[in-house]
Amino acid sequence: MTGTARGRRGPAGMEEKGEAAGLGFLGLDRMRLLLPLPLPEKLSARTLRTHLYNHYLGSRKVREQRRWLLLLWVVIWSLISCCILFLMSSQAVEKRREALASMCDERARMLQDQFNVSMNHLQALAILISTFHHSKNPSAIDQLTFARYAERTAFERPLTSGVAYAVRVTHAEREQFEREQGWSIKKMYSSKKQSPGPGDAEVREPAAEYAPVIFAQDAYKHVISFDLLSGNDDRENVLRARESGKGVLTAPFELLNNRLGVISTYTVYESELPPNARPHERIQAAIGYLGGIFDIEALVDKLLHQLAGKQSIMVNVYDTTKESPISMYGSSDTGSGMCHVSTLNFGDPSRRHAMHCRFIQKPPWPWLAITSSFGTIVIALLIGYIFHATVKRIAKVEDDYQEMMELKKRAEAADIAKSQFLATVSHEIRTPMNGVLGMLQMLMDTDLDTTQQDYVRTAQASGKTLVSLINEVLDQAKIESGKLELEAVPFDLRTVCDDILSLFCGKVQEKGLELAVYVSDQVPHTLIGDPGRIRQIITNLVGNSIKFTERGHIYLTVQVVEEVMSCLEVETATQYTKTLSGYPVANRRRSWENFRLFNRELHSSDVSFAPIASDSISLIISVEDTGVGIPFEAQSRVFTPFMQVGPSIARIHGGTGIGLSISKCLVGLMKGEIGFASKPHVGSTFTFTAVLMRARPSSNENKSLDFKEINALVVDHRPLRAKVTKYHLQRLGVKTELTTDLDQFVSKMNCGSRFAKLVLIDRETWLKESHSMPLLVRKLRNKDQTDSPKLFLLENPTSSVKSSSHISREYNLNVIMKPLRASMLQVSLRRALGEVDKVHCRNGVVGNPTLGSLLHKKQIIVVDDNIVNLKVAAGALKKYGAEVTCADSGKKAITLLKAPHSFDACFMDIQMPEMDGFEATKRIRVMERDLNERLERGEVPPECANVRQWRTPILAMTADVIQATHEQCLKSEMDGYVSKPFEGEQLYREVARFFQSHDQVQ
Amino acid sequence: MQDANLRYPEIGISEVSLTFGGKIGYLDEQFCQVEDLQDEASPNFAEEVVTLFFKDSARLMSNIELALEKYPKDFNRWDAYMQQLKGSCSSIGASRMKCEFMSFRDYCGQGNVEGCMRSFQKVKREHTVLRQKLETYFQLLRQAGPAGAATRPVM
Repeated sequence: MTGTARGRRGPAGMEEKGEAAGLGFLGLDRMRLLLPLPLPEKLSARTLRTHLYNHYLGSRKVREQRRWLLLLWVVIWSLISCCILFLMSSQAVEKRREALASMCDERARMLQDQFNVSMNHLQALAILISTFHHSKNPSAIDQLTFARYAERTAFERPLTSGVAYAVRVTHAEREQFEREQGWSIKKMYSSKKQSPGPGDAEVREPAAEYAPVIFAQDAYKHVISFDLLSGNDDRENVLRARESGKGVLTAPFELLNNRLGVISTYTVYESELPPNARPHERIQAAIGYLGGIFDIEALVDKLLHQLAGKQSIMVNVYDTTKESPISMYGSSDTGSGMCHVSTLNFGDPSRRHAMHCRFIQKPPWPWLAITSSFGTIVIALLIGYIFHATVKRIAKVEDDYQEMMELKKRAEAADIAKSQFLATVSHEIRTPMNGVLGMLQMLMDTDLDTTQQDYVRTAQASGKTLVSLINEVLDQAKIESGKLELEAVPFDLRTVCDDILSLFCGKVQEKGLELAVYVSDQVPHTLIGDPGRIRQIITNLVGNSIKFTERGHIYLTVQVVEEVMSCLEVETATQYTKTLSGYPVANRRRSWENFRLFNRELHSSDVSFAPIASDSISLIISVEDTGVGIPFEAQSRVFTPFMQVGPSIARIHGGTGIGLSISKCLVGLMKGEIGFASKPHVGSTFTFTAVLMRARPSSNENKSLDFKEINALVVDHRPLRAKVTKYHLQRLGVKTELTTDLDQFVSKMNCGSRFAKLVLIDRETWLKESHSMPLLVRKLRNKDQTDSPKLFLLENPTSSVKSSSHISREYNLNVIMKPLRASMLQVSLRRALGEVDKVHCRNGVVGNPTLGSLLHKKQIIVVDDNIVNLKVAAGALKKYGAEVTCADSGKKAITLLKAPHSFDACFMDIQMPEMDGFEATKRIRVMERDLNERLERGEVPPECANVRQWRTPILAMTADVIQATHEQCLKSEMDGYVSKPFEGEQLYREVARFFQSHDQVQ
Repeated sequence: MQDANLRYPEIGISEVSLTFGGKIGYLDEQFCQVEDLQDEASPNFAEEVVTLFFKDSARLMSNIELALEKYPKDFNRWDAYMQQLKGSCSSIGASRMKCEFMSFRDYCGQGNVEGCMRSFQKVKREHTVLRQKLETYFQLLRQAGPAGAATRPVM
């Protein structure tokens, strides 16, 4: 909104200011610039922000998810590690149990084996007794024998602490038996095993049968004469043994030595019984009973002693015949730990025994399981931590990114603000500066003494510097914001180059440098582009070159790219002796070797310029100097704004270092590239390319016809310099020959061949060949006086004025001061030729020849109220061969232009009293339409019978050429406008456009 | 160039032409163009035009003087008169006067009566100076010879 409003205000302000300042600073107002914030960009920034916001929210959700994931991870792995712990520990327990079982079983088996061994031996003993006691008569065994035998075979029965033998005595045999033995059968204590002594024992009451002990081991001698059948346990044992024929065991009881034990009883039969004998047969056959006392505790102790690992295991042996097991061995404090039960078979089917094994030590901690699970969980936690850390890191990076984006946005905003500020401030400074400069200019025109004038001049120079600096800054800002737009107008590049040369004329002469321009023939005369910007770039480059060059030359060349491409090889062969001033230069070719254009060319040379060849043209423009060059370390930042080679440079040469950067941008806008080659203390060459449009090929050759039939000879021992001179001469239409060798020329002249009318000799060559020069001059002058060639001395600014003037005076030479420019050369030549060729000059059409041909014999009416203007305009048109009629008011013009008339065109001033140009034109057009209608109806006046349509071209003449006027002109049905006073180029353009199209219509 | 200076001691080329951004000469290239317009058909064209200019401008300036007194602060009117004068000036290339008109116009735009008066006075002064210079110039031309040498080289 504001942007457009301001923009609209811009041009209006421009014209006012343009008129006001008007002192050569018109250029400044073109730079007027405002930097409204681009709206679409703003919008896009907003969308970006929302996008970011969404993204941010999204990331937050993701972050929440990640936290849950992490928690889940930890929980799962905790469970897994618990499982591992459980599994492994249960495995360990299982293993332990197995170990216990195997140990227990082993012990039980061994116990059983030993027991069985003892039992077997008891059996053997029983058989011994039956053999030697019962079968012999008298018995071979008495108590003594038995005791000794038993004692000596005790090792065979490791588990028995003692054996005794009782015989079966029936009641009938009791008395006899008692007599034989010498003691009566005594009764055993039912409950107490240990009898107080034989004397105290009661005599056995009569019973059906008795089983008194007759033999016993020495340790148990006291049980002799006791009836086994009188004790409950013993009786039961005896009865069962007699029936089964096998060893039977009593329940455990306390032995004499306070230890638990069992008694095993074996029956001795009268005769060997068959294995399947019935119980009552066995009872019948029984004749005695052998009893063995098993000391279980000692037995087991001994057994365990034999085995390894007895310390780790606790063994309990129980008699489990009855409901409540009777402990036979082992401590009573049974732990609650793991227990394994092994059954024991002692050969007595009616009694059951069991062995309980326990580990003495508590089960060890399952360290393996614990460490494994712990390890697992630690690893899981570590992974979790890594994950967490990563997530946190990501989150942090994201946050940082947000922050950075924010900062970036702010920085960009600040940058825009900076540019805007710069632009605004620059503009605001420039406006008052124009005032200041204008006033200074006016002050200079007043009566000032020398000191005051010096002050004012200094002030003005400073002001100008400031304004140009501001312009540069403004340009930079403009370029940075992409606001700079190039014009596309037709222009002559050669003229632009000449202008630039003129601009630096003074400086170059001051420094004694040679400045030359060469534009290739292949560059079209009229190009379409932005002359101002091209001039800016070249001016900048040339200005830089001059600034840094103390001796030698600055050489500006303009060529078409194709041309350069085709002669690349030739270029490389160039030696520095062939340069413009003879000083070495940096290799021009190096300056563009990085150009994309060329690289592309080199890679695919066949592609060529086909796509753009139609009407665009690539120019390559180089500025070569022999200055101090750019140090290698500074070459990389040459195009960086505000960068100079060093602080000292800025101090010595001034400047901001912004110029090259602007040039680079401008070149970029022209779709070109810029580069340079520089050798310290040799020189620099800056080269840039630009793509411009070819103008419609027109016959508007700038060659003046004055010099059409003139030949010139350039004598210069430096071919390059000669080429430059030739270029300028050819622009004027002079046919030019070059010679580097003077002697050759002289000899040629002697042959009498036709020689040139103009001879241009470079001063340097003159000095070099000074010995032969007088001869040459004499020879040239010797000829017929009227046709003698004109001699010119091309003056180098380096040469001292004294010597050159000396030469020129001595030989009456015309001096042309370098740098050469077409206009200046033209003036010099004309002045020299003027006297000789006056007639030719007079009769020929002066000025623009094509304009003359266009306007020749045309009837033109000029309307202006200002008589001076009228006269001048009429005079100008007359010069071009037109026949002019004058009218001093709009009304008069209308009467004159009342159809039918014979005028071909009308030039009309716009601002006139009474009736202005627009009004007059409108009326004339009304009249013409009227006539045209009549023509259509067939009412043809005889004067214009051959005309179908009547329309007189009317061109406005105006002093201020601005767009608004142009539009107004078209609105009032004018055909165009020309500025007042006439400018040849513009007049030609308008008239040509108009007359050509007009001719076509007719 | 030296020739030119020798021939026209009063108005050197450097003064006649508008130098680049520097001091403004009394006349600019337009004057040269006017001079170029003279040929056999109208040998004294430049002088005729200049004479015409001075006659016309004298009239216009008296008009302006009158207007400045009669219509105080009627800037539009002043400007219109001035514009006519300016047209004449630019036709013969009186650059200094032309420049002065611009400042006059500026003052009109600003409504600065004092400035306008001063500017107009300056225009008058310039006018007088130019008249003197040109009179001398044409006198010299006539002295130099009726034909031939009286032409300046075309620039």
